[in-house]
Formats: sequence, structure tokens, C-alpha cells
Amino acid sequence: MLFQIIGLTKSFGGLTAVNDLSFGIEEGQIVSVIGPNGAGKSTVFNLVTGVHHPSAGRIELMGQSIGGLKPYQVARQGIARTFQSTTVFAQDTVFENLVIGHRLRTGSGLFSALLGSAREHGDCNKSMAKAEELLSFLDLERYRNEAAGNIPQESQKRLSIGIALATEPRLLLLDEPTGGVNLEEDNSLIRIIQKIKASGVTICLIEHKMKMVMDISDHVVVLSYGSKIAEGDPQSVSRNKSVIEAYLGPGYAAKG
Amino acid sequence: MNKSLLRPGFLIPAVIVLVAVAAPLFSENRYLHHLMIMACIWGIAATALNLVMGYAGQVNLAHGAFFGIGAYTSGLLMLKLGIGFWIALPLACLTAALFGLLIGMPSLRTKGAYFAIGTLCFNVIVTVIIDRWEDLTEGQRGLLGIPSPSPIPLPFGLTIHFDNNMITTYYLFLAMLLVTLFITRRIVTSLTGKNFRAVKGNEELAASIGINPFRTKLIAFVTSTFFAGLAGGLYASYIGFLSPDISDFHVTFEVLIQVMFGGLGTMAGPIIGATFLPMISETLHALAAYRMVTYGIMLIVVIIFLPSGIMGGLKLLWAKRTKAKS
Repeated sequence: MLFQIIGLTKSFGGLTAVNDLSFGIEEGQIVSVIGPNGAGKSTVFNLVTGVHHPSAGRIELMGQSIGGLKPYQVARQGIARTFQSTTVFAQDTVFENLVIGHRLRTGSGLFSALLGSAREHGDCNKSMAKAEELLSFLDLERYRNEAAGNIPQESQKRLSIGIALATEPRLLLLDEPTGGVNLEEDNSLIRIIQKIKASGVTICLIEHKMKMVMDISDHVVVLSYGSKIAEGDPQSVSRNKSVIEAYLGPGYAAKG
Repeated sequence: MNKSLLRPGFLIPAVIVLVAVAAPLFSENRYLHHLMIMACIWGIAATALNLVMGYAGQVNLAHGAFFGIGAYTSGLLMLKLGIGFWIALPLACLTAALFGLLIGMPSLRTKGAYFAIGTLCFNVIVTVIIDRWEDLTEGQRGLLGIPSPSPIPLPFGLTIHFDNNMITTYYLFLAMLLVTLFITRRIVTSLTGKNFRAVKGNEELAASIGINPFRTKLIAFVTSTFFAGLAGGLYASYIGFLSPDISDFHVTFEVLIQVMFGGLGTMAGPIIGATFLPMISETLHALAAYRMVTYGIMLIVVIIFLPSGIMGGLKLLWAKRTKAKS
């Protein structure tokens, strides 16, 4: 098991956003976390990446606890993420965005910079090579020198995935990778996610679009009100009674 | 990439440096020399503030305090302990940087406006301490008679003297400014500089790719205070007199306006601001009572029409020109 959450709980004041949640991710899989709005999906990501700290429970990467680490420390352990709202360095060019993404794998600090050392030059070249590789992997070459804030939404989504990939993660967390883009553009993002999987990176994603979840997931975890209500392969989850109820629940509640 | 010596990125700075080097030879006007020396001092202070504010995105409103700490450190070391200028100056930089570390650690835990307010409070505290600690600083009486930079011996029995020689003082300070610019440029174009930009651009995203935002901001802050200390140390030796006003938040805002006027986050911007704003302000003396009103209106006009300063405006013009060409 590459990654595991055990009994994870998070309360904000009186609200329990995530309640005793456990699931695991096998190396090389695509695992989707789904659930109605407010089910606690993004909170799970924020707990894993150290934005919030768990009230209880364990988070493990390769058997090592990563609970309580700060976001930048989690990234250094090999977990990269994207954000629900598309997040790129808007003022910098697409190329620069990818270069800075690789910063994690380079060690040059202030003194290397002041001395203009060989290490600094080597790290620069390494980062630029990585950025070149990702430009073609993500098919973003034509936007290379554009400010990242000025390129189309779907390309920004790809770039935000690219920034995360530049850190060379073991586990990639994607928070609604296709949120806010149209159906045709979905397909290009789906292809990229599959390419990432093929390159050996394990993926966990939050998604609302069922078609996409069913098409690409190896495993699906369903949350409702912070608790896991079902998990399994896409087909079995889609037929699960409590899952259907969770999604249609508010309708029943209105009647009864 | 264009590596030619004729590319604008090299040619324009080279011409400006040549003009700066040649300028005092064409005029014997001591007042002009004074303005140029002050431009070097403010240029170093503004470049330092620009590093933390323009490149790392942290609005540090304690800059005047570090300028004052640098000035008082070198002034006191020379006056009270009789230490030479060339030892006192680096110690002034290091002391300012040490205080930068002590003040940066707590205040960088806060963000945005809170950081600005927090550092402004530190600025006031530092000024009050300098003002009240009369046994050490002489308080409002001020420190009088701080010596000029010690002479530099040259081979063949020659020496460069700085006392009562504005030309040599100017060249010394210009050299210090160029060193500051060289180091700043090294930093902002390096991978460390990319960290600054990332934290300025989006702290949350920067952290998600493994950049430690606190550490990055602290590096920018401490480096900035080091050069603020340098500017202060040079000021002390040139003016020869210090009072607590020199660490006051008015100094902070003076430098802040210079940086914003010239162009935040550009290499040339702080130099433009530090050179021309004091000159404009001096010229406006002719207007007597209306001086500050006119100065204020001019700043408002610049901020409204050129929000990214003179350099921002020039860059827009340049972009239009190259677009029209292609």
C-alpha cells in the first residue's frame, strides 16, 4: 500500500467535516474520492497535504506517518497537489511556472546564488530540462512564453497539473481537474491523467463528473457528511444503494 | 538568447553607469555632488527595500529602523570605540541583519496588511529606544562628529582621502551601490529569486511544491536589512551627525515612495526613484509653503497613471514599440 488514511477525523468547532475515514491507495492506481457538495472531499486533501491538521487519525505514505507535517514538508515527502480553483503563478510565463515547480528537486540556496556556483548552474539547467519535458508532455509548447494568467482555462488546468508533476511526486492529488471546463476539453484532461498514470505516478482525484470517474478510476471512495458510505470498483459503487440515496437524499428529505 | 553587448538589457545600464561615473567631472557644483552622494545612499536603501517588497512581496514598513540601526551602529563604533570605518561598516550591516532576523522571525508569521502594521510598530519601537537610551545614543542631542571613511592606502605611497572630498566620497558610495545592485541581481535571477517570486505570486501554491514560505521570506527580509544597514552606515559617515529622526518611519515612507515611484520589482526602479524624487523635492523648495502640496499631487498623479512606476510605464512603451514593429 503506497498511501493510507486510518481513522481520519477533523472537526471545525462543532462541525465534523471528516469522520473516522479510512482508505488506502495502491501504487499505480487512480483512486477517485466522490460525494455530494460538502461531503468533506477537499478537507481530506487539505488534511493530507498539511493545510489542516487532523483532530484524530493517521496519514501514512509508504508506512511513514506524515500527519502534522507542514504543506511544504508534505510536498518534499512526494505528495503533490492541485487546487480546486485553478492555481498557477499568473504573472510568470508558462515555462517559468514549470521551472519553479522543479525547485523541490534542486538544492541551491542563497550562497549558491551569490557565488553563481556550478551547483546553481547545474540546478538551473536541470529545472529547465524538466520544464521542456513537461511542456511537450502537456502539449503546452505554444503558450511557452505567455503569462500563465492569460492562457485559456483548460490550459491553465493542464499547467497546474504540470507544476505539481514538476516536483516528481509519488502521489498526485487532483482536486476537480475538470471543474469549470467543457465536455470536449474534459477528454484532453482525461488523456493527460491517463498518461500520468502510465508514467508511473499514483493518482488520487476528487471529481464531480460521474462519467469521468467511471471511465478512469481503478477504485472509488464515496463520502457523505464526512463519512465513507461506500468504496469499491466504479461499477459496484454506481449500483450501491446508499450512494444513490446520498446523491438524491435532499429530494427525499424535502418530501418527507 | 541575445548575448550581444548591444542588447538593451546590457547597453542601457552600461550607459547609465558611464554617465554616473563621468558626471562629477563635468561640474564643480558641490550641491550637485551632494545630491548625487545622497542618491547613492537612498539608491542602496531603496534597492534593499525593493528586494523584500518588490521581489518577495512583503511590505516591510520597518525599513527606516534598519537604516537607523546601521547608521547608529557604525556611528557609535567609530565615535565611542574608535573603530575604523572599514571595520565599522560591515559590523553595521551585520547588526542590521541580526536585528532583521530578530524582528523578521515574529513579524513574518503574519501576512499582508498585518505584516505591514507589525513591522511599522517595530519601526516606532526602534526609534523610541534610540531616542530614550541617552547613555548610549545621546538621545535628541544626537551623535556629533562621526568621522569620514578612513583613507584607502594605494601602492607607491598614494592614498585616497574621503574627508572633505565629495568626489572621492561619491565614487566610494557609487561603488557600494553597484556592488549592492550586482548582488541583488544575482539573487533575483537565481533559483532563490524564483522562490521569492513564487511566494509573492501565491504562497499556498509555493508551499504545495515544496517551497518553505517562511524561510524564503526570512532570507529576503534579512538580506534586505543587511543592505539597509549598509546605506545607514554610509549615511552616518557622510553626514557626520545622527539623531533619532534617521530611523523614523518617515524614512521608511520616503524610501517606500522612491521604490514605488521608480517601479516595484525592477532593478532600475529604486535607482530612478532614489535619484529623481529627492531632486524634485529640492527643486520644489522654490514653492515654499506649496512645496509638499505639489509634491503630494505629483505622487498621486504618478501612482494613478503609472501604478507600476516609471519603469512599469517604460516597459509598456517598449512592449508597444516592439509589437508595432513585428
